[in-house]
Amino acid sequence: MKTKKFFLILLVILNFKILYAIEPNNEILKNKILKNIRCLICQGQSVYDSQSDFAISMKLVIDQKINEGLSESEIYDYLKDQYGQWISYDPEFNKKTFILWGLPILLFVIGGVIVSKKLIILK
Amino acid sequence: MKNKILLSIAIFFLIFCFIILFKSLNNSNVYVPESISGKPLINFDSQDLFSTIKISSDQIFVDSEFYILNIWASWCLPCRTEHPYLMEFNKNSSIKLIGLNYKDNPDSAKKFINKFGNPYSVNIVDLNGTISIKLGAYGVPETFLINKERKILKKIIGPLNKKLVKEINLIIK
Repeated sequence: MKTKKFFLILLVILNFKILYAIEPNNEILKNKILKNIRCLICQGQSVYDSQSDFAISMKLVIDQKINEGLSESEIYDYLKDQYGQWISYDPEFNKKTFILWGLPILLFVIGGVIVSKKLIILK
Repeated sequence: MKNKILLSIAIFFLIFCFIILFKSLNNSNVYVPESISGKPLINFDSQDLFSTIKISSDQIFVDSEFYILNIWASWCLPCRTEHPYLMEFNKNSSIKLIGLNYKDNPDSAKKFINKFGNPYSVNIVDLNGTISIKLGAYGVPETFLINKERKILKKIIGPLNKKLVKEINLIIK
């Protein structure tokens, strides 16, 4: 009987978690955007993580933009227009960022060539 | 021979990294997007600090050749150092100064103005900081130079100083 009671209580407690897990769609979108934008006055923090004045105001503005009906990409474009590419954790490929995107691929190719040459020599 | 080539590549790489890091020491760590100059000013609604009457940007940005929009707060120490420069700008008839009081207690803001003088023609409030974010601001103090077509000519992050005041005067001339 005691075991039954214990499991019943455990079941009830564990189900509370499900209640908290249900987030409205807007909240999911808002959190996704907040995690993808940089807090410009913080050291290595996203707006989502930061409690600075800048981040608190930014959260309000993004909330307003979602309520105005802007899509995720429209909100990123709006922020990039105001603050530049730096605000995004996912910068676009352009003449200023081509080294950022191209260098890892270039290094990977060079590494691949070196490794394959060594393997040919070993054979 | 091979080791020598590898060593020289490694030394070259280290020197390259050192030069980049050394050069970046002198650069400002505040990132300012280049695209802000020439951009039209956004429309916004706020309220007057003293009269608490609602006021829109269309009512503020009229009848002047140039506008200086200064974001300030009574709790902001650098705002005190730049205040004398704003008082100087107030004497120039071709400039209209607009204060945007950022996340401040209205009573403290009024005390600040009474103590240090009022350089602003209009002083509006931004209680939750959203107007500043929509303007593309980072915090306080920040200053925007705007022309009569309501285009942003210059954005200054941080307090005004002699050099920046000279730059603004050059643009105005």
